[in-house]
Amino acid sequence: MNLLNLLLAIPILTGTILAFTAHSRRAARLNIAASLLTFITSLGLALRVLEQGSTVFNGQAFFLDPFNIFLVCLTAFVAANTAIFSSAYMLHEEEIGRVTPRNMRLYHAMFQLFVFGMLLALTTNNLGVLWIALELATLATVLLVALYQTPAAISAAWKYFILCGMGIALALFGTILIFSTSSDVLGHSNAALTWTLLYAKADQLTPGVITIAFVFLMVGYGTKVGLFPMHHWLPDAHAEGPTPISAVLSGLLLNVALYALVRCKALVDGATHNGLAGHLMIGFGLLSLLVAALSLHRQKDIKRMFSFSSIEHMGLITFSFGIGTPLANFAALLHMTVHSLVKSGIFFTVGHAAQAMKTQIMGKITGLINLQPGIGLGLLLGTIAIAGFPPFGIFTSEFLLLTAALKSYPWTIGILLPSLVVAFAGLFRHLQPMVFGAPPREVHTVRVNMIPVYIHLGLALYLGLAIPTFLANWFQTAADLLSRGSL
Amino acid sequence: MISSEFLRQLSSLAAALFLLTAFSLLAQRHMRAFLGWFAVQGILLAATSALVAFSTGIYELYVSAFLALILKGFLMPWLLWRIVIQLGVNREVEPLINIFPTMLIAATLVLFAYYVSLPIQKTTLVMTRNIIAIGLACVLIGMLIMITRRKAITQVVGYLAMENALFFTATAATHGMPLVVEIGIAFDVLIAALIFGLFFFQIRETFDSLDLRHLEDKS
Repeated sequence: MNLLNLLLAIPILTGTILAFTAHSRRAARLNIAASLLTFITSLGLALRVLEQGSTVFNGQAFFLDPFNIFLVCLTAFVAANTAIFSSAYMLHEEEIGRVTPRNMRLYHAMFQLFVFGMLLALTTNNLGVLWIALELATLATVLLVALYQTPAAISAAWKYFILCGMGIALALFGTILIFSTSSDVLGHSNAALTWTLLYAKADQLTPGVITIAFVFLMVGYGTKVGLFPMHHWLPDAHAEGPTPISAVLSGLLLNVALYALVRCKALVDGATHNGLAGHLMIGFGLLSLLVAALSLHRQKDIKRMFSFSSIEHMGLITFSFGIGTPLANFAALLHMTVHSLVKSGIFFTVGHAAQAMKTQIMGKITGLINLQPGIGLGLLLGTIAIAGFPPFGIFTSEFLLLTAALKSYPWTIGILLPSLVVAFAGLFRHLQPMVFGAPPREVHTVRVNMIPVYIHLGLALYLGLAIPTFLANWFQTAADLLSRGSL
Repeated sequence: MISSEFLRQLSSLAAALFLLTAFSLLAQRHMRAFLGWFAVQGILLAATSALVAFSTGIYELYVSAFLALILKGFLMPWLLWRIVIQLGVNREVEPLINIFPTMLIAATLVLFAYYVSLPIQKTTLVMTRNIIAIGLACVLIGMLIMITRRKAITQVVGYLAMENALFFTATAATHGMPLVVEIGIAFDVLIAALIFGLFFFQIRETFDSLDLRHLEDKS
């Protein structure tokens, strides 16, 4: 049995088993074990790509190249750590009665289904299957956002469902348009939707159709990425769902959606040879960055605030891919990696903080550093990392990004830098009282597991100081590949 | 075997009828007629698939025609009607904007769709440009239904109408997506419909109504 089948089989099988596991503690343990196993499998695949370069599996059905392999590993890694975090977190939620045992079962099963959806989206070689997998991952999380069954949670989940449904429908329309022109070139079969074959023949596709298709794909997948003005579902879904889900939504699903968009962009560039796709992405990216940075100041809910920070970073990455030079692509890939590590780490910490304070309202969270130094310190370090302080990796990638922007589109610096500063101020103005304010009188300490947070932050720090050679090589290859627009 | 000119006319007719059903969905005030037109749309979709399957000899399309007929022509409209009865929902559609202005907006959307698809050159396939324009118009009208209707059920019908329009475009303009993709999409839609069903009961339990205004108030 090859490793790729194993990678996809573990989550789907575990998800099925977990759907029938009534004992929450056992289910949580199984969830951790399966997630770790998936991660180990992904490492095995990474080793193979490292040795053999890009590979296709099972005929032409799946493929791994330097662009998606590190995302596969990252997804499996963050999912494994989230499973570890969620075990303590969700059991606590069950103890205080926020979640019924039946919903715990749903939670664990859907978590694995979600991971399956993302891994399938990343590894598939087929445009249509990519769409299906992304939709599957969304559907899996819709019920999880509504898990607490409060009016606000159900309303958030409904919004998430409807908005993403609309968006993804447009993406499907774009896919159909691509198929309508590619089936002339490659024949009416799966081949006409297969990435590796499409890339090679990109310049034979009708540019007019492909251009229209990209507009739909941009709006469709852009909704998923959380780009302005289609971002309305994102803060609600993050704030109302359970924290482990916020962590994987922010850290992983947005990345996967962006991956889909960037793949499409490479294809479109190969067909049209004008910068249209890039310009669209630059526009959407800059707007999202600006709006999210300003919105950060007005937030009252801690999870909403950090979800706006996710929109900000997604805007930044989209912008960077839009520039499309090898340097900009390199910066974007690094930023994707570091952002998902740091953001999921922050959400873990925020989850603990919200449990300790029994609220998500930032005005009521005070003095964490005195109350529970572990949480306070984690939140402080995480925010420092996400705001782009050296020596964390986000500083490195933002620095590279600014350099790339300065080279190709110098005028954008006038929007980029002020937005980053505004976002920075927005984060710290809320953070200061939460960490250093006077602690509240009645104290509930909760059992915390900060190890996943420190692992994530440690990795982000490491990537900021020294990127390992093999990873840098992958980024470089992927960046070159994307900037050329074809294989 | 029918001539290609006749086939071209038939598929144009199907596209025109499809657009008509989209407008009819938009114009209905009563829940029952609304779901009725939704069913008609499903049947039309199945007929188009069968037509394309017959004329091109792609027999996979008969499968999707059959599925469309059963699922979209009968099962889903019937299930939605059952839900309306069971939950005792008000039988009026309750639009946010009056019907007439919505129709005008929809007409503008059709013009817009034709404008967008202008650069698409006629390819080897039958009448691609017309069909893509009408498909896009119907997707946009589905969105319009979702945006301008207040009830959860009408929003769901809007969602499914959008899905119908996508399937219509895929079958008529490209002779259907590859089977794997088509089955995957159908599977996703089925899960989505299941989740919608779950949602109805959750929303009703929590808000004691399927009117989405309450949902907005409490968020």
